[in-house]
Amino acid sequence: MAKRVGMEVSLAVAEVAKLANVDVVAAYPITPQTHIVEHLAELVANGELDAAYIPVESEHSAMSACLGASAVGARTFTATAGQGLELMHEVLYVASSMRLPMVMTVANRALSSPLSVWGDHSDVMAVRDTGWIQIFAENGQQVIDNVLCAFCIAEDQRVLLPVMVHLDGFHLTHMIEPILLPEQSEVDRFIPPYHHPFPLDPDKPVTMGTFAPPIIYSEAKKAQEVNLRAAKKVILEYWDKFGKSFGRYYHPVECYLSEEAKVLLLTMGSFSETAMAAVDKMREEGKDVGLVRLRLWRPFPFEEIRQAVKNAEVLIVLDRALSFGGPAGPVCSEIRSALYNEDRKPKVISFVGGLGGRDITVTGFEKIINRGIEISQTGSEQEFEMFGVRE
Amino acid sequence: MVKSESELTWKDLEIGSVVVEPGSASQYETGGWRSQRPSFDNSKCIKCGICYIFCPDACIEQNTEGYFEANLFYCKGCGICARECWTQAITMIEEEE
Repeated sequence: MAKRVGMEVSLAVAEVAKLANVDVVAAYPITPQTHIVEHLAELVANGELDAAYIPVESEHSAMSACLGASAVGARTFTATAGQGLELMHEVLYVASSMRLPMVMTVANRALSSPLSVWGDHSDVMAVRDTGWIQIFAENGQQVIDNVLCAFCIAEDQRVLLPVMVHLDGFHLTHMIEPILLPEQSEVDRFIPPYHHPFPLDPDKPVTMGTFAPPIIYSEAKKAQEVNLRAAKKVILEYWDKFGKSFGRYYHPVECYLSEEAKVLLLTMGSFSETAMAAVDKMREEGKDVGLVRLRLWRPFPFEEIRQAVKNAEVLIVLDRALSFGGPAGPVCSEIRSALYNEDRKPKVISFVGGLGGRDITVTGFEKIINRGIEISQTGSEQEFEMFGVRE
Repeated sequence: MVKSESELTWKDLEIGSVVVEPGSASQYETGGWRSQRPSFDNSKCIKCGICYIFCPDACIEQNTEGYFEANLFYCKGCGICARECWTQAITMIEEEE
């Protein structure tokens, strides 16, 4: 039976990577992710985890080393945040295109300039199209549960893709939470052994990351796209298996009091728990509101989103990132695209807030919902509104 | 390779576009890049082999009579052989459309 322990979420992530018995960790420390890789370095140095820990000179090298490790068939883990994720950028595409499974926790952080080490989703949005599976967590338990699932998903023969598990910088990474850490035997039963069908092997040479002239590149990309979309089925399978094994169930779109609500709020990441409290409060006041939380960011859960919001009149989306000069927050743009051709759909209102570690309180969410309802009736001259900015 | 590149569909590709057949780069016709090709005047050739040594694509081969020829499947027409030839036995001539 798992023990409930009070633990900083970053340390719990390192502990669960240890329980998953990772073979290689290549990482570079960056706030607010540092505690994860620091603790892993300790576990390796103390002999508690039999893994190769590769300290590198940059995140670009960290991701490159992870490619090599995954290519020989090693269970591979890394973590980064903000600027570090940006420095990895070009190598992220190589990992997914070469179908090299690995798990990376991303401690979501704002991007410079001005320099901010605090949390938002600017870093995630910049790597949206890198071809990785991307899962959002709302609290520490969800982070470690999804890191476990991420190894299964990444390494499944039908998937063979890298997976990012997103946890909001500071709001999750630096919180001490009660966490149910599974037993080693439970983890061993849950995560199957990993075998890549084409590992780097001198006795059976293959060419990886080969050159593709125009006559074959499009075919390679189509194969990659079909594979990422098809991964959703496998993700659902492992979430279901996880639920049956550990009693906690996860879904691409999580609904909270949303079934018959006329007004829905949509959030992603740790702010969702505060948003739930706001919904509870407004419900007590007799207001017809509900909450929808996006857990699976890639592959995007089109059907589940359409299903979750089809009965609503107003859908208010809160983004924690700006798409400068664009139509809305990046998440809201995708929700609108998913709904545009539907006959029955809510009016979609876009808010951007919680940038660079700015909190949104329960009262803040009430204001967002009330303002969203107002905009749905009167319209707005702006494509989206920034919440909580001093005028 | 069972199918040529132009016949392969996305379903035919291996996972991650891995190429399982060793040495498959030899099937790539780099000769398609060429705008000029080397022409060998064997009456000037002293069979020294400098063209063979300098060719960056290793596409120059010696024939049974000891003279040199470029394999036009690979020759990119760079002209290094013509530049290096001591007796100017090699000239670059335009490929016609």
